[in-house]
Amino acid sequence: MKKPKKKQTKKALKESWSSRIGVILAVAGSAIGIGNFLRFPGQIAEFGGGAFMIAYFIAFLVLGLPLCWAEWTVGRYAGRLGFHSIPGIVTAITKRPFGKYIGALCLVIPTIVFMYFVCVQSWCLGYALNFLFGKIHFTDAHDAAVFFANFTGLENIGGSFQISWDKALPFLIVAFTANFILIYRGVAKGIEWFCKFAMPILLILALIVLGRVLTLGTPNPESAPDANISNGLGFMWNPQKTFLEAKRETTQGMQWIRQKEIVGENALIKAQSIIDQQGPEKLRLTTLTISDQLKRPKLWLAASGQIFFSLAVGFGIIATYASYLTRKDDIVLSALTATSANEFTEVSLGGLITIPAAVAFFGVSGIAGNTSLFSLGFNVLPLVFSSMPAGSFFGFLFFFLLFLGSVSACLSMLQPGIAFLEEALGFGRKGSVGTLSALMLMGTFLVAYYSFNLKALGTLDFWVGTFLIFVMSTIFIILFGWVLGVDKAFEEAHQGSALKLPKIYKPILKYLCPLFLITIFVSWLGMDVLGIGTDTLDHHIADLMGQESHTETMIVFASIATILLVTFAFITIAGKASIYKKELKKHACTNK
Amino acid sequence: MTTGGLTIMLISVSTVTLLFAWCIYKVLSIPGETEHMHGFEMETPDEKAQKKADEKGA
Repeated sequence: MKKPKKKQTKKALKESWSSRIGVILAVAGSAIGIGNFLRFPGQIAEFGGGAFMIAYFIAFLVLGLPLCWAEWTVGRYAGRLGFHSIPGIVTAITKRPFGKYIGALCLVIPTIVFMYFVCVQSWCLGYALNFLFGKIHFTDAHDAAVFFANFTGLENIGGSFQISWDKALPFLIVAFTANFILIYRGVAKGIEWFCKFAMPILLILALIVLGRVLTLGTPNPESAPDANISNGLGFMWNPQKTFLEAKRETTQGMQWIRQKEIVGENALIKAQSIIDQQGPEKLRLTTLTISDQLKRPKLWLAASGQIFFSLAVGFGIIATYASYLTRKDDIVLSALTATSANEFTEVSLGGLITIPAAVAFFGVSGIAGNTSLFSLGFNVLPLVFSSMPAGSFFGFLFFFLLFLGSVSACLSMLQPGIAFLEEALGFGRKGSVGTLSALMLMGTFLVAYYSFNLKALGTLDFWVGTFLIFVMSTIFIILFGWVLGVDKAFEEAHQGSALKLPKIYKPILKYLCPLFLITIFVSWLGMDVLGIGTDTLDHHIADLMGQESHTETMIVFASIATILLVTFAFITIAGKASIYKKELKKHACTNK
Repeated sequence: MTTGGLTIMLISVSTVTLLFAWCIYKVLSIPGETEHMHGFEMETPDEKAQKKADEKGA
């Protein structure tokens, strides 16, 4: 009688931390975070809700979902062959010696991104605790900007390296240590355990903050009647955007220059009366419709980029996670669920919290030019919470939810490196966590210490967090559709699947998705990086030419050197690892 | 906020919310799905060696 009871207990224990929901939450946790709450609202406000959402949903269906399915499929396929690291996964798919080098290059992404993302994570923790203990009381935008500069060490090298409430260093030490403790506990007891409680808590906190924001109404009805939630939502979601333009002398003659966006009936009446006073030859109102917006390539680039970065595809994280699944485990529904969790958080929560709250207190003109991620997150929002009744509490909730999201994202960035060290060098958990933590410590020190103008963070984010991700995603989709083969890939994806992939996705995966991705990449390179059409070279390219100050140039080159060193180390290890050579030999023997 | 803005917001929010809810429903309602799930755990080389040694010892 004792024996079956024992077996049952063992099984129950296994199920409690190896459920489908656990895997889904782990993958969703790698994607849900700061981008959902800070990047997405800024993008949608810039381009207008209607047009942006059309492009966004198209990009989701044509780019985001297929890429996720591809990564899950490729990962599980390679996992069955015994590979869990990205170099192993790519070797298993390509069956060519160069596969491990491509994989090693891909591995650079999560490793480098962790180095700066853990710093952002420490800012979230720092702001959350400063709010909780009532240490943040901003009265104006200058206060918020000074605190941020002081906290992050924006104005001088090593500026944040003090143990103090208003410095990032103590929070960085806590965040860094917490990440490595969790990753040391392993995939199930660390990552999955954390995501299982952190993701539901994150959603609950977001719903509480959302409830507070949507009931703000018009905080200052007498002094600022236009600053209200309705106009905040309108600023984001209205399909048409109306601008006040003034005629100004420019180098190309007299031109209409955009002054400000007009949102709300009161603002429209005021703008019309100003036009009547000054005359229609000096001022005018122009309207951008959905079709006008959709004709702008930049909108498509922004919407696709948002989908792309928000879902965390191209990092190799999803493939690493999926490599621990078996043929019987569903991946189609799991991928769709993890993706939809991210979309729900982004559109239904992130899209309704940040910008409406900011507009409710400062009006549309008050947040103009402040919709970038850091500016919105660490300057505008802390000021919003400072102005709100019970703001310390809601500020704590908001930044704590960002912290939870960033921890799950950071954990997912550590696992590919751990898997690689264990697979390629045969390290145990202690060895792999110890080696990776030493590497990450050096990289994080670089980002946190050389904080001047956030130059190190910006450089790493541009070259690895943007450029390399585009390249690796393109490689992944080509591996899926062309190397593994779309028919075989479909067959593989359907093993144990709870859902069938629609057949329309065969041509999408083989032709449309790579084409779409390459088009976005080339457009981004052309418009944003090389400045075609604007004659403005991206400052990251200009940085390489030494156009900045001596200090900044030194930081840029130190950051580039870090990327190259990590790349060299991973490529060398992958090249010498016997496990990949054995796999190739095995494949060669099978073919003979 | 205009009627158009409200419509777009409601369509967008309800689309992703329904998709998410449907996915969660599907995941939770498929009978015995957790039974299918392979342990989302990995064994590191040191753990594997330990397990082998234990098996040999036994």
